[in-house]
Amino acid sequence: MILLFVSLFAFSANSNAKSITLGWAAWDPANALQELTKEFTAETGIDVNFEFVPWPNFADRMLNELNNKGKTFDLLIGDSQWIGAGAVYGHYVKLNDFFNKEGISMNDFSPATVYAYSTWPKGSENYYALPAMGDALAWAYRKDWFDRPELKSEFKKKHGYDLGVPASWDQLYDMCTFFQGREIDGQKRYGAAINTERGSEGITMGVTAAMYAWGMEYENPNKPYDMEGYFNSPQAVEAVEFYRKLYEGCAPPGHSDAYMVANLDAYKSGQVAFQMNWYAFWPGVSKEDSDGRVSGFFANPKQNVAAATLGGQGISVVKYSDKQDLALEYIKWFARPDVQQKWWDLGGYSCHNDVLNSPSFPTSTVYAQGFLDSMGIVKDFWQEPTFVELMLPMQEAIHDYVVNGKGTAKGALDKIIEEWVEVFEADGKL
Amino acid sequence: MSVKKKFKGLSDKAVAWLFIGPSVFLLLAINIYPLIYAIRMSFTNFYANKIGREPQFVGLKNYIKVLNKEAIWEKMQVTANFMFWTLLLQAVIGLGLALLLNRKFKGNELLTTLIVLPMMLSPAVVGVFWTYLYNPQVGLFNYVVNFFYDFGSFDMIGSSELAPWSIVIVDTWMWTPFTMLICLAGLRSVPNYLYEAAEVDRASKWQQFIYITLPSVLPFLLLALLFRGIENFKMFDMVVELTSGGPGSATELASINLKREAFEKWKTGYSSAFAVILFVTIFGFGNVYVKVMNKIKER
Repeated sequence: MILLFVSLFAFSANSNAKSITLGWAAWDPANALQELTKEFTAETGIDVNFEFVPWPNFADRMLNELNNKGKTFDLLIGDSQWIGAGAVYGHYVKLNDFFNKEGISMNDFSPATVYAYSTWPKGSENYYALPAMGDALAWAYRKDWFDRPELKSEFKKKHGYDLGVPASWDQLYDMCTFFQGREIDGQKRYGAAINTERGSEGITMGVTAAMYAWGMEYENPNKPYDMEGYFNSPQAVEAVEFYRKLYEGCAPPGHSDAYMVANLDAYKSGQVAFQMNWYAFWPGVSKEDSDGRVSGFFANPKQNVAAATLGGQGISVVKYSDKQDLALEYIKWFARPDVQQKWWDLGGYSCHNDVLNSPSFPTSTVYAQGFLDSMGIVKDFWQEPTFVELMLPMQEAIHDYVVNGKGTAKGALDKIIEEWVEVFEADGKL
Repeated sequence: MSVKKKFKGLSDKAVAWLFIGPSVFLLLAINIYPLIYAIRMSFTNFYANKIGREPQFVGLKNYIKVLNKEAIWEKMQVTANFMFWTLLLQAVIGLGLALLLNRKFKGNELLTTLIVLPMMLSPAVVGVFWTYLYNPQVGLFNYVVNFFYDFGSFDMIGSSELAPWSIVIVDTWMWTPFTMLICLAGLRSVPNYLYEAAEVDRASKWQQFIYITLPSVLPFLLLALLFRGIENFKMFDMVVELTSGGPGSATELASINLKREAFEKWKTGYSSAFAVILFVTIFGFGNVYVKVMNKIKER
């Protein structure tokens, strides 16, 4: 019995010494990463445990862990907006020395992803993460419905242009309303499943897709944190009004608190003609449509400018980890071009130039070209250390206006600025 | 050494302290100390996530800010509405069910068990499955309502007019059995001879209810409502799962807002002040309520 205890203890001590824990959100790419990581374990003998947290609780769970200096995670694939807090509050290990030592160059990764996922202050050469998962908000549509001759001719007759990938948000609205309430194959269909979630970041990610396309800027480019006239510019107001129009006129009934999974479900169950979602979900959608007949994909449509909401994450080493050396070994392995290629092949979105610039990349999947296009036009929410404080008032005010129908778009944006000013003042930025 | 020998020589008072000591220690450590700490924090500009930043004393600034914030009063109003309607409905329906189950009939025990089931479920689980029940396309709730009167498709959770009612309905569904059980205990404690004497005096059933049943059961009902009132003032999990406080802030109760300020925005000083205000409010109301309840009991 004693021998058994000793051997069990020895086993657990041994496994602890050669294992690390990686935290990420629970979604399709996480499963792909788990698959990919088997090769890392085979090569190095280091076990990687995964803790995947559902998206609605992801930020709460991970940020609480970091704020409490928790040792649960050695590696964290954290949202792009966390990079400021990770750097300023010392949650993430600065990786510059490690990159220099191991010959990992940030020039080997797509500039937009390095800027968004790795640097703080933004655009500086201080790196706190390796770009891990490129992502942007995009659209999927029911290609099989769009290809029906009777619907095509009816649409053309009504709107004077072809039913197809919308070239602008106005066209998107025309198409959504065209399908709204329409009976197809004996079932009532709706226009679009768009982001309306209230609790975490859903509606903000959705409405900013429109606001960026209308040309919204968060602040005066010459005077940081001066938001008046920028964030609530007439274009921004118009975009928010448009988003409400899209929700009221095109969303399926009950789609009032919906984000990634709800949009995906509405689309997969055949309720809607369009869904707004992250590129991360397209491999799953595409997999179920092997001949490419049912679904088509496109980047966020242009309105006044071409722009898309940035998603995606970088992989960071947690400062409070006792196994930073093993965690860094994982990053070194993950940065290898051959591993990055496998990452893309398995359904992850590599940010490595060797993968993205490969001649075969644009045709490697039906959404690859859209991904390339999107990553060239992405814009992100504030990446300030106080991003949660900045996100919450936006969630509330936009949901209140778009879903609840309360007040005006201008009023909602003014209210957000008011709250943001308070946050920046408390943070000493204003 | 036997327990008997060990305690030999200890006074009754010492033994009493020995027994209540662990509870007092836990109370001090888990309730009183955090309360005092929160009160202290409420006078500072502390942010729990800003590591290395020393909190500064700001006097009553946080309290003034909380009390002057329009949004806080909106949340308090939402909370008050939620409490008023849930307590009213749970009192009326709970008492009604208790009166029904106080009668002897076949299947009484089975029916009691079935009625009590909802309160045995986790509030978070209840919140999640009611989101499906309320779904305007596939939910059972719309179907049942439309079976009686054709309202067409309506979205309980997505509409600002209906969402506050959606949480009232779920809370009433879940917690009316609790009120019912307490009332039932009260009803079963009423001595039969009172009704027999009333029969002799030719009192009608209504008079028996007004002059015997209601006064006897009222202290029990008030006690149940006190428990429910305190619980609903703190209501969090079920509403978060059901509506996330939305649409907009239509169902954002004070407790949900407090959690967002404290553990999402990390405004520790400000949210401590808000928590103290909420504590004083519920403590004050609770005290007044208990005094009124005792007066009713004495009558």
